[in-house]
Amino acid sequence: MNGCGYMYNQFKYLTAGDKAIIIEVGDSINEKINRVIISLEKEINNSFNDELLEVIPTYRSIMIQYNPVKITYMELLNKLKSIETNLKITENKTNKVIVIPVVYGGEYGPDIGNVAQYNNLSIKDVIKIHSSTKYLIYMLGFTAGFPYLGGLDKRIHTPRLERPRIKIEAGSIGIANNQTGIYPVDSPGGWQIIGKTPLKIFNQNSENPFLLEPGKYIRFKPISERRFLQLKIEEEGV
Amino acid sequence: MYSLEIINSGLLTTIQDCGRYGYQKYGVPVSGAMDKYSLRLANVLAGNKECEACIEVTFGGLKIKFNEDCIIAITGGNLLPKINGKEVSMWTSLKINKNDTLEFCRLISGLRSYISFCGGLDLPDVLNSKSTDLKSKIGGLNGRKLVKGDKIKINNSSLIKVTKYPIEKYIPKYKNEITLNIILGPQNHLFKNSSIVKFLNSKYEVTNESDRMGYRLSGAELEHLQGADIISDGVSYGAVQVPGNGQPIIMMSDSQTTGGYAKIAYVASCDFHLLAQAKPNDKITFKEITLEDAHFKYIKMEKALKSIKKMIDCDNGIHEYKITVNKKQYQVKVEEIDM
Repeated sequence: MNGCGYMYNQFKYLTAGDKAIIIEVGDSINEKINRVIISLEKEINNSFNDELLEVIPTYRSIMIQYNPVKITYMELLNKLKSIETNLKITENKTNKVIVIPVVYGGEYGPDIGNVAQYNNLSIKDVIKIHSSTKYLIYMLGFTAGFPYLGGLDKRIHTPRLERPRIKIEAGSIGIANNQTGIYPVDSPGGWQIIGKTPLKIFNQNSENPFLLEPGKYIRFKPISERRFLQLKIEEEGV
Repeated sequence: MYSLEIINSGLLTTIQDCGRYGYQKYGVPVSGAMDKYSLRLANVLAGNKECEACIEVTFGGLKIKFNEDCIIAITGGNLLPKINGKEVSMWTSLKINKNDTLEFCRLISGLRSYISFCGGLDLPDVLNSKSTDLKSKIGGLNGRKLVKGDKIKINNSSLIKVTKYPIEKYIPKYKNEITLNIILGPQNHLFKNSSIVKFLNSKYEVTNESDRMGYRLSGAELEHLQGADIISDGVSYGAVQVPGNGQPIIMMSDSQTTGGYAKIAYVASCDFHLLAQAKPNDKITFKEITLEDAHFKYIKMEKALKSIKKMIDCDNGIHEYKITVNKKQYQVKVEEIDM
């Protein structure tokens, strides 16, 4: 494979205890490295059966949890290295963007004024900037279904709240420094809340419990409060 | 109809099984029993599948009243279990009669007990597991810890014989000072060499700020070469991560799936059951072993569990076979029944 900026010429294989290997493919966060990670994940999942417990993609590495009763470390390492040698990077189908409807501001986004003020913008500008880019889902973590998104416009970067909230409702959209994200479940947090989506991005009772997946893109679409309430009713299935 | 009622819930009592696998890439913690060895043995002793859901009792204080006859097994830390006020044996199956009360009185050794119920608990699977994930609020009983008044049903099943088995040598001894085998990595290269030496030659204390998510330790300060932060990567049970203050945190069952602190080492799987029973103020020393050694010890432990299960199943007339039909392997359980 050709070397490119921030990507290692050869992957690093790190030992994470006696049941996991971490493959590190580079040392920065960018879309190119993410494509390698997502391609690698796919290839690994296709190459093993019950020897592996789980394959977990993150920003620039991938954790492979294995069962040492089913496969030896050397067998696993050799197989992974041969996957590295033959790896083909699959292109991301960027036309597949998950659209997240958001009602911005008001009671749904109480901190949107902070974001506007901090950046010398109007609230309208903040909404326009936040909803006009597509964001890559690098990985999910923190709580079930929480996406770590890349690509937040510099013009709306804002530090966290000085005093974190005890409860942020599920569906809330926040900004923390150079990151933006969606809270999948009610949880405490210090992000500046700018809006809310009626979609359940984590629904334990659904056949597909997770709306988001690493390697996919999302885009936020501004909606009215009325539309929010309509969609909320549809989503709850009342 | 319910089988048991919680009279007192104690400090932290939750439903746990072997954990929720398959969803870490979506940010869902594995959860599950802190001490899976004890959970699995409890199930084996109660005639269940190894990973059936059990009640995990922390510190004690739990009191249960039974509404029907059943068979249970209690393993793990000794929290002085009593049935109708009379002390009972752990690490064996026990017969329970309707109206009996089971109580965990005080901490003798270890920190967590496991109660397995022959037949298993009648609770729904959430993402393929009955484990309670307190942060995502899923699994167990409505995604929360058990509280006074909760009523749970035990699944119907043919009850096993109550027999005491010779498993003494498989019963761990929990001490206030433990040595844990560790494997260095994945980020030991981000620490000063002198700190690796310090890590392997100091005694650390388990602090009060320890829970199902992680154990915060206090002891010799570990120094990074260039700061504690890494680009977040995967993290799991047993990871020893070191934030900027140089004090290690060992990640436990409810660990987040990703983390941004450098990890100096991982505790070896063969010692997870000792780690899980460590309590605040206990002392830990770390001993480096090779990955080969860690695998050897782990596989040995797995084999021991398998042979105990085989012995008990055999005694109860349960035989498991692997058969191949049309090139597909099946595991078949054959049970002798009285006609």
